[in-house]
Amino acid sequence: MIGYRPGPVAILAAILVAVFLLMPLLAVVPVSFTPARFLSMPAGELSLRHYRELFDNPAWGSGLLLSLRIGLVSSAIATTLAVMFGLGIWMLRPAFAGLLVGFVLLPMVVPPVVSAMTLYFLLTGLSKMNDLVGYDTWLGVALAHVVMIVPFAVVLILVALSQVDRRIDLAARGLGASVAQRAFKVILPNIKFGIVTAALLSFVLSWEEIGVTLFVTSVNAITLPRLMWMGLRDNIDPAIAAISVLLILLTVALLLVRLVVRRLIARRA
Amino acid sequence: MSRRAAFRAGLVLLVPLLLFVLLAYGIPFFGVVEWSVTEPTFGFTQYVRLTQDPLVLSVFVRTFRICAVVTVCAVVGAYAIAYLWVRGTPLQRNIAEFCILVPFWISVLTRAFGWLALLSSRGLINTWLQSIGFVSEPLTLVRNEFGVIVGMTHFLLPYAVFPIASAMRNLDDRVLMAARGLGARRSRVFWTVFVPMTASGVLGAALIVFVFALGFFVTPAILGGGRSVMIAELVYLRMFQSIDWGLGAAMSVALLLIVGLLAALMFRFLKPAGLVR
Repeated sequence: MIGYRPGPVAILAAILVAVFLLMPLLAVVPVSFTPARFLSMPAGELSLRHYRELFDNPAWGSGLLLSLRIGLVSSAIATTLAVMFGLGIWMLRPAFAGLLVGFVLLPMVVPPVVSAMTLYFLLTGLSKMNDLVGYDTWLGVALAHVVMIVPFAVVLILVALSQVDRRIDLAARGLGASVAQRAFKVILPNIKFGIVTAALLSFVLSWEEIGVTLFVTSVNAITLPRLMWMGLRDNIDPAIAAISVLLILLTVALLLVRLVVRRLIARRA
Repeated sequence: MSRRAAFRAGLVLLVPLLLFVLLAYGIPFFGVVEWSVTEPTFGFTQYVRLTQDPLVLSVFVRTFRICAVVTVCAVVGAYAIAYLWVRGTPLQRNIAEFCILVPFWISVLTRAFGWLALLSSRGLINTWLQSIGFVSEPLTLVRNEFGVIVGMTHFLLPYAVFPIASAMRNLDDRVLMAARGLGARRSRVFWTVFVPMTASGVLGAALIVFVFALGFFVTPAILGGGRSVMIAELVYLRMFQSIDWGLGAAMSVALLLIVGLLAALMFRFLKPAGLVR
């Protein structure tokens, strides 16, 4: 790309947007150190009381563990279903493949509040039949999350599969490999990065899911986002600032790790 | 591979997810449709209410107004930063990518809270404005429509960046060099060549942002503070505060129809734009 770089006006505009994007994330930091019990800027002394609150109040710990559990279970189920589905589409190339893919992507395209209503209907219905999977149970939330995150996993798996060279599969077939051998020994090893990415994204999406969770939980299955929501509605609890700072740090750290890993892979290649 | 083996493999691989989505999502949706015509009594009363209840109508109008403003703001902002991300120096590109991806990966609740920390009466901006004596009373920047628009623009801007950036990447550099070679100045190249040639990405971004904005309720609920309710939040309130399931369900169905219609319309208009490119 020679000679055509953004000029000063374009750079200035981009800087304004960058400031707009990062400002609210930075504003959380000073608020988390306020000594007051309400949302405010610290005047004078700083305090760690809101960080202490995260440890002292058992609700935060149990919300975190619940979100972790739901995230792991729903990500594992969603990734497995998506890998099987992607393999089926790729290996068999069925008629109406586009229609089938479109159907399983629906929860991603439909407005979240409509999906939330639908899943509320499903889980309240299931509650009448059993106590394990239903409204306001952790397995019910996990089921709802699988529905919401599986389209994203499917997209990532299909993208990964589209990079696989079909000739290696043809070679395996020609050498007499069975369907299972082709899947496990040829195709899956070639999309392992795609599978890991799909599992990771599914986990993150479940971990921070709030729209549907609000509809399908009330008092028992309080996930971390649900707990934050309760602290955000009326009187804003500055403990939200403390947990937000921790979550932002975690995200930045993960992105930096990703950047380093990408550099290392690029250097090795 | 024999035909029967292929069929069996297809069954084993494809059916689980299809069945899962059908049972857990497809069929329950018709339950919601059923609620909309049976709660509390059988008939289309809830849909008639949708078109006549002044509260519902004003919420629909406000939702469309907010979504339109948010779409314009998010697309313009996304264009500015995508430009640097795609065409900047390597350092500029890395910084732009960082600024796009960090907010993208952070939860919607944290981001909405960030705006509360900035805009609320004891937040960063008001504290600063008061300390320099610019205002004596804190400004009302949040728990109103302004706060909702700012928060939603912030949430949706990264989503708008991706289609725009991919349109910019697909643009042939030689076209720009040709324009320069023919004597066009930098700004002229940008406005008469670069922008029109990335219009398909802009349209795609606008569609995504508008559709997402329509069905979105977490940010408006937090930053609107119940004063600037949008359709999706009204569904939530009807379901869990007024226990008015019929209206909630009818609004969901109406929202889905609107989104479907918009998507179909936009695709019709997007296709010719894609061909021109």
